Amino acid sequence: MAYSEKVIDHYQNPKNVGTLDKSSKSVGTGLVGAPECGDVMRLQIQVDDATGMITDAKFKTFGCGSAIASSSLATEWLKGKSIDEALTVDNMDFVEELNLPPVKIHCSVLAEDAIKAAINDYRVKNGKEAIKFEESVVH
Amino acid sequence: MLKLPIYLDNNATTPMDPRVFEAMTPYFMEHFGNAASRNHPFGWEAEEAVDYAREQVAKLIGADPKEIIFTSGATEADNLAIKGVFEMYASKGNHIITATTEHKAVLDTCKHLEKNGAEVTYLQVQRDGLIDLKELEAAIKPTTILIAIMYANNEIGTVQPIKEISTIAKKHGVLFFTDGVQAVGKIPVDVIKDGIDLMAFTAHKMYGPKGIGALYVRRKNPRVKVTAQMDGGGHERGMRSGTLNVPGIVGFGKACELARLEMEADTKRISILRDKLETELMKLEEAYINGSTEHRLPHVTNISFKHVEGEGLLMGFNKNIALSSGSACTSASLEPSYVLKALGLGDDLAHSSLRFGLGRFTTEGQIDYTIKAISETVLKLREMSPLWEMYKEGIDLNSIEWAAH
Repeated sequence: MAYSEKVIDHYQNPKNVGTLDKSSKSVGTGLVGAPECGDVMRLQIQVDDATGMITDAKFKTFGCGSAIASSSLATEWLKGKSIDEALTVDNMDFVEELNLPPVKIHCSVLAEDAIKAAINDYRVKNGKEAIKFEESVVH
Repeated sequence: MLKLPIYLDNNATTPMDPRVFEAMTPYFMEHFGNAASRNHPFGWEAEEAVDYAREQVAKLIGADPKEIIFTSGATEADNLAIKGVFEMYASKGNHIITATTEHKAVLDTCKHLEKNGAEVTYLQVQRDGLIDLKELEAAIKPTTILIAIMYANNEIGTVQPIKEISTIAKKHGVLFFTDGVQAVGKIPVDVIKDGIDLMAFTAHKMYGPKGIGALYVRRKNPRVKVTAQMDGGGHERGMRSGTLNVPGIVGFGKACELARLEMEADTKRISILRDKLETELMKLEEAYINGSTEHRLPHVTNISFKHVEGEGLLMGFNKNIALSSGSACTSASLEPSYVLKALGLGDDLAHSSLRFGLGRFTTEGQIDYTIKAISETVLKLREMSPLWEMYKEGIDLNSIEWAAH
């Protein structure tokens, strides 16, 4: 299967690979997927407590090129967004931007889930309720 | 100068040897006759070429030329052997014994027969990929008509104890069929010494053309018969009708002759390269060889690189190196290799595997390039892997509750 140029570019030059201090109250961490499924994404956001803006985002991903590209793209999109804006990111945004074929849609769902999980982790850490999301369908 | 891409997927198919191509070319246009045309020179030429090729093929496996039934490939030969025996020996019984690591052409044929009244036992394999001979013998019952165990596995290269299996089969009066696709032409296979009753093999795994294979069907001690699965003009002693693929057969014959003459030297050279590749890659942390290293084809190795995903790994170099992975990230099921899982590997290790199949045209320069490219990609992806980070922090990955996915 041929990958799109954008996937290849993110795979070869991934943006924002790394680790934020997960014990910090201003950092939200989302860890989604499972090793036996062949995909694990960890997405972290650094939030400015005063403004609610995401000032930094990092990822590490175990998975195929599309999973790596989706998480790299997610970090790029998240930086500079508010939490509320970040919640509007949809898995189909990844599919369109990266030209993911149908068999790779689960990578985009995983990226969306990772964003939501990171936001919820941040909310819970700061005494807010976790947002309940509908179960993702495509897995 | 190293020419890219490098081909290390010789278990999938091999490039054709130029000498094979040369032998075939006259049989497309110049000698185009139908080998079944008995009354003119065009037919005679074709028949003569087929007879000669049949001898070349038979000689490689220690068979009589009359015991070679040409087919379109090994999948057809697998089907013919298993379905043909099931139908021919229906009065004797309906039980077939095979193993979980067989090729799909064998497993799916057995599944098909189960719908038609066959009873099939699927033997589990041990951690090294070998079947347990005691389990095999214990599985035999009065209704058992066939044991179908492959000679060597296509994913891990594990070579089964063929002589021991055939001894058990003979002792109980059961026929023994082996899928010899990966073994024939690569290691010495002798149907007499090995006690094989039926064997499928194919040209395109030994530097011959695609679209031509054969089924060996023993004629003496015992005389084995199979019911034809393709009806028609009664070619191939009635077991496989259809106009013979003369150029393919000529190429198959030449490929067998070359294999017979050059196997020893090829094996010696290729196994040195395989061992170098394996030794260097095993220097990476958390790398594991899958399957037996003792009973194994000389040109194959299958290695898992823990905490990196196989398809992601391939993407790091698959423009330049052709390999396959046990990861099934592109398949809808997301199920990794059933062969690796049958060894008892966790899904994580199965997803992290690469299969290397070296061949006659593999060079040391290619292996050096491959070692470097793979080592670099593994290290790069581990830097990117959350699992690797957790492993390095001493976190037990099994203690984490992974979200169902």
